[in-house]
Amino acid sequence: MSAVDARALMQRPGTRLAIRYAIAILLVIVFVFPIYWLFMISFKTPAEIFAFPPKWYASKFQFGNYVGLFKDGDAVSVLNSLILAGTSTVIAMVLGTMAAYSLVRFKTGGENLAVWIISQRMVPPIAVVFPIFLLYVFFGWVDSYHGLIILYTAFNLPYVIWMMRGYIEDIPLELEESALVDGWTRWQVLWRVVFPMARTGLFATAVFTFVFAWNDFIFALVLTRTGVITYTVQVTHYFGGQSNFWAKIAAMSVLGTAPVFIAVAFMQRYLVRGISMGAVKG
Amino acid sequence: MSDLKITKLHKRYGLVPAVRGIDLEVPSGEFTVLVGPSGCGKSTLLRMIAGLEEITEGTIEIGGRVVNHVRPRDRDIAMVFQNYALYPYMNVFENIAFGLRARKTPRDEIEKRVKRAAEMLAITNLLDRLPRQLSGGQRQRVAIGRAIVRNARLFLFDEPLSNLDAQLRDEMRSEIKRLHQELGTTMIYVTHDQIEAMTLADRIVLLKDGLIEQAGTPLDLYERPATRFVAGFLGSPKMNFIPAEFVRNASGGAVRFADGSALALPGRVELTNRKVVFGIRPQHFSRDPKNLSGEAAKVKAMVELLQPTGSRAFITFPLGGQPIMAELASHDVQGPGETLDLYMDIGRAVLIDPETGRVI
Repeated sequence: MSAVDARALMQRPGTRLAIRYAIAILLVIVFVFPIYWLFMISFKTPAEIFAFPPKWYASKFQFGNYVGLFKDGDAVSVLNSLILAGTSTVIAMVLGTMAAYSLVRFKTGGENLAVWIISQRMVPPIAVVFPIFLLYVFFGWVDSYHGLIILYTAFNLPYVIWMMRGYIEDIPLELEESALVDGWTRWQVLWRVVFPMARTGLFATAVFTFVFAWNDFIFALVLTRTGVITYTVQVTHYFGGQSNFWAKIAAMSVLGTAPVFIAVAFMQRYLVRGISMGAVKG
Repeated sequence: MSDLKITKLHKRYGLVPAVRGIDLEVPSGEFTVLVGPSGCGKSTLLRMIAGLEEITEGTIEIGGRVVNHVRPRDRDIAMVFQNYALYPYMNVFENIAFGLRARKTPRDEIEKRVKRAAEMLAITNLLDRLPRQLSGGQRQRVAIGRAIVRNARLFLFDEPLSNLDAQLRDEMRSEIKRLHQELGTTMIYVTHDQIEAMTLADRIVLLKDGLIEQAGTPLDLYERPATRFVAGFLGSPKMNFIPAEFVRNASGGAVRFADGSALALPGRVELTNRKVVFGIRPQHFSRDPKNLSGEAAKVKAMVELLQPTGSRAFITFPLGGQPIMAELASHDVQGPGETLDLYMDIGRAVLIDPETGRVI
């Protein structure tokens, strides 16, 4: 094929589309393969996991690895993560939205308070985890639900306030004023006007808040022992000096990934809109 | 009985004054229009009445009760906003019912009142729709519906028509006027549009720089403006102003313009020689002196510019060394370059003190 033919072929819309699809598929494979591999390992028998040449798929779907996790009681760590991330997200969203409303509508703290608040989020967790550990020992909060819930809430609040501030600024003031004149109180206005108007932003922010607490490792590692182990910490227990329990690591990781998968899948519509809304507002 | 009484009202934002001492009383059932250029304090005044702005000084009474520290919801007012303020996630019915739900109105009563309001505004067929499925005019009707279901003592309108196109604005204006006649509620209406003010108001309150410039019936303000500002603000096209000098003479007086031309002014015997601004409305000119109500003064008009509007035509011609405008019947004028004999209703001309801006 001559160079001219090649160029003509390239210029055909069909060809271009095909190339784009090919690149897209290639990228998807690169990104999805590790997750696929994780899923496959979690279903494989030990013999299959170490087989060479590698087996690309489990010969049969056996749930032995998962059953083991539930039998040992290790799976409860996923429930712990769910309780900690869920509760702290709800508290951070409620408090954060109220604080953001106050910043926007009552100009609480003037111009600079909001910037100061978000700056709190920039502290690296590792820098504060040991002082917090000492504090928690003093309070007797180590290895407790409320200890981690308070910490996750505190860490997420600046983010929630910052994000919600942008969304609330976008709500026309007249909508709230009209409701106030019509007979609603401030609290009712917050509930009946501000929340529904900022719904997209609320969901998007909540997902990110949840994911932060869900994925946390360093706080959970330092501040828990045996009582309130989260799944991220639990996974590390399967890395041994002599050997690693790949099957358990994989099964636990799948259990830990699933809730986030489900949350994002259900909220995708809000997520995309919410993020782009924030992006425009800046 | 008056529904609204405002005494020595001030509003300052930091050091910047927005309202500087307003006294106003609105009798029950009256349609009062607050009008003025942007920044005159009319919206601030309305928002203070609604309780959406704090009062710096002075008092506001609604129905005989001082409401300075009463929350908006307890003031017995309903308000229509410029941008409609409809809730995008509620349908029209819910939008209209929103205020009634706040007051725990029984369900069947809500149903009845919303239906009635929708009938009055001809939006019954839209009750299931969401605001985004409505046109601008329909949205404004819903916003008005939300106010009228409330049966409030006082209705406040904050430039409700300024987002509509010209034709819809005319239509909604008549609608609001008709509603006022039907309901008989006290209404306070803010606008910067002098035509809206003239057509809707029982009484116009013209504001400038945070003060009342003049208050009275539309005709009062139009015929007997107290200041140059009032004279220039009301009426379209606006009044012509020509710097001049008042000269006493045997027959009474005359105004002499900068170019040396003069006009006799009978009946102004009380004045002595002084500088004045001579004001005459474009509508107070005619080709035929019989069309004028008072004494006619003849002027020669060399037409420089012609703007036909259909039945009427605006011409621009020089008088006293300055271009001025007159409104004539279309068939009275051919085109630019023509010289016409025009008659001016000299009795309706105003003389203004150039220093104070007050009408003499």
